[in-house]
Amino acid sequence: MIAFLIKRLFHAFLVMFVISVISFAIQDNLGDPIQQMVGQSVPESERAELREELGLNDPFFVQYLRFAKNAAQFDFGYSYIFNEPTTEVIMRHLPATLELVAATTLLIVLLSVPIGVYSAIKPRAWLSRAFMGVSIVGISIPVFLTAIVLIQLFAIGVEVTPFPVDTAWGAWLNDLLSTDGGMPAYGRGNPVNVFGTWDTNFSSLEGLTYLVLPAISLASIMLPLFIRLIRAEMLEVLQSEYVKFARAKGISLRRIYFVHALKNTMLPVITVGGVQIGTLVAYTILTETVFQWPGMGLMFLDAIERSDIPLIVTYLMIVGLIFVITNTLVDLIYGLVNPTVKLTGKPA
Amino acid sequence: MSDTIVPGRWARFRDSYLLYSFKRDLIAQVSLVIFALLIFAAVFAPWLAPANPYDLAQIDILASELPPFWIDGADPAYLMGTDAQGRDLLSTILYGARVSLIIGFGAVLMQAVIGVSFGLMAGYLGGRVDAFLMRLADIQLSFSTLMVAIIVGALVKAIFGGATFSEYAVPLLVLIIGLAEWPQYARTVRASVLAERSKEYVDAARVMGLKSRRIMFRHILPNTLSPIFVISTVQVANAIISEAALSFLGLGMPETHPSLGSLIKSGFDYIQSGSWWITLIPGAVLVILVLVINLLGDWLRDVLNPRLYKG
Amino acid sequence: MALLEVNNLDVRFALRGGDVRALRDVCFTLDRGERLGIVGESGAGKSVAAFSLLNLIAKPGYIAGGSIIFDGKELSGMKDRGLRRVRGNRISMIFQDPMMTLNPVLSIGEQMVESLKAHRRISTREARAIALHKLNQVQIPSPETRLDQYPHELSGGMRQRVIIAIALLLDPDIIIADEPTTALDVTIQAEIMDLLLELCDKHNVGLVLITHDLGVVSQVTQRMLVMYAGRVIEQGPTREIINGPQHPYTQGLINALPQMATPGSRLNQIPGSMPSLSNLPSGCAFHPRCGFVNDANGAPRKACLDKVPGFVDSGNCRVACHMVAELVNQQQRDSREEVL
Repeated sequence: MIAFLIKRLFHAFLVMFVISVISFAIQDNLGDPIQQMVGQSVPESERAELREELGLNDPFFVQYLRFAKNAAQFDFGYSYIFNEPTTEVIMRHLPATLELVAATTLLIVLLSVPIGVYSAIKPRAWLSRAFMGVSIVGISIPVFLTAIVLIQLFAIGVEVTPFPVDTAWGAWLNDLLSTDGGMPAYGRGNPVNVFGTWDTNFSSLEGLTYLVLPAISLASIMLPLFIRLIRAEMLEVLQSEYVKFARAKGISLRRIYFVHALKNTMLPVITVGGVQIGTLVAYTILTETVFQWPGMGLMFLDAIERSDIPLIVTYLMIVGLIFVITNTLVDLIYGLVNPTVKLTGKPA
Repeated sequence: MSDTIVPGRWARFRDSYLLYSFKRDLIAQVSLVIFALLIFAAVFAPWLAPANPYDLAQIDILASELPPFWIDGADPAYLMGTDAQGRDLLSTILYGARVSLIIGFGAVLMQAVIGVSFGLMAGYLGGRVDAFLMRLADIQLSFSTLMVAIIVGALVKAIFGGATFSEYAVPLLVLIIGLAEWPQYARTVRASVLAERSKEYVDAARVMGLKSRRIMFRHILPNTLSPIFVISTVQVANAIISEAALSFLGLGMPETHPSLGSLIKSGFDYIQSGSWWITLIPGAVLVILVLVINLLGDWLRDVLNPRLYKG
Repeated sequence: MALLEVNNLDVRFALRGGDVRALRDVCFTLDRGERLGIVGESGAGKSVAAFSLLNLIAKPGYIAGGSIIFDGKELSGMKDRGLRRVRGNRISMIFQDPMMTLNPVLSIGEQMVESLKAHRRISTREARAIALHKLNQVQIPSPETRLDQYPHELSGGMRQRVIIAIALLLDPDIIIADEPTTALDVTIQAEIMDLLLELCDKHNVGLVLITHDLGVVSQVTQRMLVMYAGRVIEQGPTREIINGPQHPYTQGLINALPQMATPGSRLNQIPGSMPSLSNLPSGCAFHPRCGFVNDANGAPRKACLDKVPGFVDSGNCRVACHMVAELVNQQQRDSREEVL
């Protein structure tokens, strides 16, 4: 356990080191703190003095150490646009993104496992084929386009009249094909504040309606991937000798599917899931842009737009940290599920 | 000898499993036809398009936000309607698909060049080079290619400034997406190199005293082509989506020189006013383009790698 | 009546180009406590025969005809639910490769307890006690700790012991062992085989032993079947077949044993290789490799090329060969003439 943890921590540390060097290089080359502090009007001589005072003329290495020391204390300086410490800006936007990600993850887990398992157990059933067909279409639709279509369908509404309007059945069919709209599609509404800085959408039905479209959009791109992965892994496991042996033991099919096969299927799925966390964060940027969801992604784009270098750097560092933590957690979970990984100190 | 090979090659292709399974797969056939049509339309856009969207003189601002032909209030001169600036939507889509495809193929070429050379180096040289390159690929992949593309895109834009970025957007996007997505190639190539390296013909080449660079490119690389070919199709689709995503975020093609992604972005602002076609028609074209590439990739993977399941 | 009676078993694989017959005209019986060997080259249909007994053949394989009567009940058309009561309970199996047979993510204990609980209404504690008892019987060192260990923590030999313990868990009537020692180190093969035989003897369990090792079959079994291209081409008491094989293929197999070769010279072999099931030669499937395909005049026997040989009883054995049939007919005619 200890050796495994140390190895993981070393890897995590290495990744954070790389990210911090990149972040610092960005800050060093693109950010001009003098400009930020005093503006254009101050004469060059004063700027030079200030530059010396702030240690901006020190060697790269010394400056990096200073940066790393501050970063370790979560001090990344002030945001240009918000005029407050960048970490505070991030903390204010973090809950919105985390809630979106949580709702999406819930959708993915609840749907991908049953659908993936079903289409592996009954690969020839028409429903399985339908799931596979829909999933390849799903993979091919960029997340922002799904979001736009959802907005058109459920926020704005679509009225189509392919059938005669003046007949009862025509009106009924037209009604069936048309959508009402009215779902909230912009922002978070009025999230309820819970303990201190955390605003939540989960506490009320009204808050949850704001989550529906963004969460479905975000899930739409990840879900097909997981369904296909679970199906492929499960199909392979079902061919294995140990599943055959379990059948020869006279065990019920349900136990074979959900204990023998699923547990083995989930091992690679967990690994891929860990890798996909990065993709999920990238997609939150797109989803938040479409829905004006006030999370970190939207904030990041704003920071890019207005060249708020300290905020960009802080975002990179924090997102990097989140990646590293979640990846380490995923590895730990993998180790706990897979007995062949030696987490414990027990001799083999 | 070559005169005997030429007809032989054609005969081999005619009898090959590739063609055989293609003839039996309706989805692959339809996909290929649509893909060919889209490529044709994009290549010949300047001749096919009714208007030149880059030519400001041809734009009629009074004709803005006209709907496509099947909706009341359409102007028959604009088959697919017009966008908010009065540009003919069909023309902008044809030109946009052209831009998207150029960037898609260019970026894949870029990542293939980077990825294949890194993969060959890592697989063949091993040791520290391998450890360093693969660790780098791991870190990049754990961030996801899109995330890396967004970050690199943001940085490139910050370095060059908005105006310069817009001017050189196509080569810059090729570079950005190429830098973001090389690890896929590197990993695939490295895996096949490791598999190939242990085979006898490589030992034989080494015993004959060939240089390692020659062994890599003349002996190992040809044997890794099949997996490279398979991932290339998927990577083209990915690169087109990445470009669209970057453009949608404002980190890609400018509206004056739009790709499908920037068309979707600029149209999105008008969806609330009811002009859904400005964003959804380019969107549909993008989806069809990516879908047929993915379907062709799926088919190719099944044919070249029968161990994988059909999904 | 025999405990297990298989008649005209016909197993096919539904492939794109049409059905491939993997098994045809397979008939044999097994009595309580009897040991039966099934031998043949790989691909002859030994494993398909074993798996089809419990209807465990993987799709696209299916039982197309014939009957499998076990303890008076017909198994071949039985629903999965009914078969489940037989599988592992009355008839259990031992697979070839112990490294692949146990589920890597479940502990040994779990895999034994679930087997017991699938067939008996007992508590986990009772099931563990039985499991422990069986692990003791297969002579695994420190069985208590094994229950909570995972397969990867055990060596191949130990895993096969665990699998034997699982096979014996519910005191079955028959164990079907599909090459139980092939995947093991040569040094422990004999050990595991002895253990299996001893336990079968002790509990009066019938054994169907599938192997390509004629040596093991000759030492261990009372009766044997020889399979070629999906068919049983010779069956009878093991000793008689080993000492006086009648089918040319069986003769070739025995002749190919290392101890049959002159020291210092090459081992004997049967020329050619077994045909693929989807592309069988006409007539007798063995005729292209057969050294006796020509009759007394030196021309190929027409029947061998055209007609699938039927079964003839010759002594205590049953053989599917035109040449043997001719000899038997000749003998019968001779003896009739003698009587007259």
